[in-house]
Amino acid sequence: MENKVNSVCGSCSQYNIKGLKKLGVNISNFDFVVAIAGNPNTGKSTVFNALTGLRQHTGNWPGKTVVRAEGAFEYDGQKFKLVDLPGTYSLLSTSQDEEVARNFILFGKPDVTVIVVDASRLERNLNLVLQILEITNKAVLCLNLMDEANRNNIKIEIRTLARDLGIPVVPTSARFKEGIPELIQTINDVATGKIICKSYRIKNVNGNIDKAIKKLSDEIEKEIPTISNSRWIAFRLLEGDNRIINALRTGELV
Amino acid sequence: MSQKSIEKIIALSSDLRWQIGDDFHDNLAEGIYADASEIAKNSVISNNKKKRFRLDTKIDKIVTSKTWGFPIMFLILGVILWITIEGANYPSSMLANLLLNNFHPILKTLAASIGMPWWLDGFLIDGVYLAVAWVIAVMLPPMAIFFPLFTLLEDFGYLPRVAFNLDYLFKKSGAHGKQALTMSMGFGCNAAGVVATRIIDSPRERLIAIITNNFSLCNGRWPTQILIATIFIGAVVPASFSGIASLSAVIGIAILGIFFTFFVSWALSKTVLKGEVSTFNLELPPYRPPRFWKTVYTSLIDRTIIVLWRAIFFAAPAGAVIWLISNIYIGDLSIASWTINSLDGFGFLLGLNGVILLAYIVAIPANEIVIPTILMLTVMATGIAGGEGVGVMFELDSASETATILKAGGWTLLTAVNLMLFSLLHNPCSTTIYTIYKETKSVKWTVVASLLPVIMGFVITFLIAQIWRIVV
Repeated sequence: MENKVNSVCGSCSQYNIKGLKKLGVNISNFDFVVAIAGNPNTGKSTVFNALTGLRQHTGNWPGKTVVRAEGAFEYDGQKFKLVDLPGTYSLLSTSQDEEVARNFILFGKPDVTVIVVDASRLERNLNLVLQILEITNKAVLCLNLMDEANRNNIKIEIRTLARDLGIPVVPTSARFKEGIPELIQTINDVATGKIICKSYRIKNVNGNIDKAIKKLSDEIEKEIPTISNSRWIAFRLLEGDNRIINALRTGELV
Repeated sequence: MSQKSIEKIIALSSDLRWQIGDDFHDNLAEGIYADASEIAKNSVISNNKKKRFRLDTKIDKIVTSKTWGFPIMFLILGVILWITIEGANYPSSMLANLLLNNFHPILKTLAASIGMPWWLDGFLIDGVYLAVAWVIAVMLPPMAIFFPLFTLLEDFGYLPRVAFNLDYLFKKSGAHGKQALTMSMGFGCNAAGVVATRIIDSPRERLIAIITNNFSLCNGRWPTQILIATIFIGAVVPASFSGIASLSAVIGIAILGIFFTFFVSWALSKTVLKGEVSTFNLELPPYRPPRFWKTVYTSLIDRTIIVLWRAIFFAAPAGAVIWLISNIYIGDLSIASWTINSLDGFGFLLGLNGVILLAYIVAIPANEIVIPTILMLTVMATGIAGGEGVGVMFELDSASETATILKAGGWTLLTAVNLMLFSLLHNPCSTTIYTIYKETKSVKWTVVASLLPVIMGFVITFLIAQIWRIVV
């Protein structure tokens, strides 16, 4: 799939540039919350800047975002609050940056989670993507650094990937502002329910463990019928994650 | 839902955990990897994808090699400094000329024409305005060159390689390898470096990184180093080598700072901050050609203007204080003279003098104003002609004029060397101290981080002064 946004799509309904208003740090009275997650050094802050018009410091080294940055944009009359999370490789351990990211996706209940991945290192990045998709099913995959992937002769079948993951996939080169209009439109569609995601669930789990998870998540669903990530809660309970055990007790997960 | 059934779920989970055994975590992680690999196989098509990675690997082999890693690092640092020093000269003197020689008299005339009382005119125009003007003239040009160059290097992806090179040394010092990154940030601004330590998970290693960040020569201290090195170090060698000599002296001080970072990290981790060194994965990101103009623009707007604004914010009140202590008299001496006289004895022991010590007290808010404060106090204390009158901060047009004043104030090569050392080893500026408190939430560690370097500065300058006086 070619990605020549600015030249071809100028007249398309997707290219609704007039409906976009970058609001910078003006984040009062928002309608939707959007989290930006992803591996370190995949360009999360660049995507964040492109969406909000802010100039959060960016740089080519992992772990640069240490402060949770917030900003906002308005699209089609709806206000979106954006939260730039620290980059992590996984959500399974308990280091501080991972907890910040995990807690926000889990307890902050963002309306949309944009997962930014490095297109030329997709396989490695999918590790985090699959974990996030266990927590939330309102997600958009932002396939960033497409320019680099193209330079490295890496092609990605966007449709196949979107079908496999069950969430929309938007190719971007945030550094060059390419694909950002489509990304905004997609975020809008997921937030307003125009696009319903059916996010991927981890399959290669060995039989014994799978049975235990099933049993536990059935119990959780029985108790909390509204919960959408019972399976992930089961993962964490089996791991003995005290933060999650506490959250169950205090009813934070409902 | 009831509390009882929640407890039932939790009890069930511990039962199941016991049943499935403790390889659950690894099993799950492996499952996720297997899924990821399947999905990627379905949608990624790559032809000879190794090609570019191979180029990156080749560059990495050189810049992180045992033989070339360090020389290349110092060469790059040297080139950036050289461009900064050389390039900043001309715009600096132009700005100084404009703000100090042209605009200052205009303001004075204006004040006189509206009949402003002498003390208000002195306080505002000779104190506040001159301090601000000096900071702009001296700081803006080097920052406007240094920050974009540094940001370009950062965007290119060189910083993680620096961290890679230094990792081994940090590990040896009992500190975290990521401290290399926070140390690099400190070369721009220590307050920023202290905030950046959040990337270090272990509280022990983070404290070490915070306490030692001050040994990274920050942007406010580079101009002092450069000026003193040019005047005194450059003067002891033949004229054709003076540029190289002063540049080497400045880089030498920066490297000494890195040495102290390792030394103090090691000492802390062997005494009050004992513990295991944590391991971490450092990803070497691909080299990315920086977007030149965009980088230049954003680093000018974001970093340069923000740092400059901070300097102005602190320089204005400091200028007012300097004017006040030089113009308020107790008996027949000004407050400034009293203080200088009483600090002179201690200053002599350190190979410095009372003027320098007082200047460092006045300049706690911002290191940038050390040199103009020293000059002004020297002129006042020694009563030599030059400058603009009592309590007026000024900058002389050429380094040689500055040298004349300093030498008249009794300065020797020892004073210069010790001033360069003391500029490296003294308390952090007030912004950094406040940032350290905000990050550590501990008065104790804030006090340690503030006093440790200044005590080290006293000890080292004292030792050097004694040895120097015996030998020379």
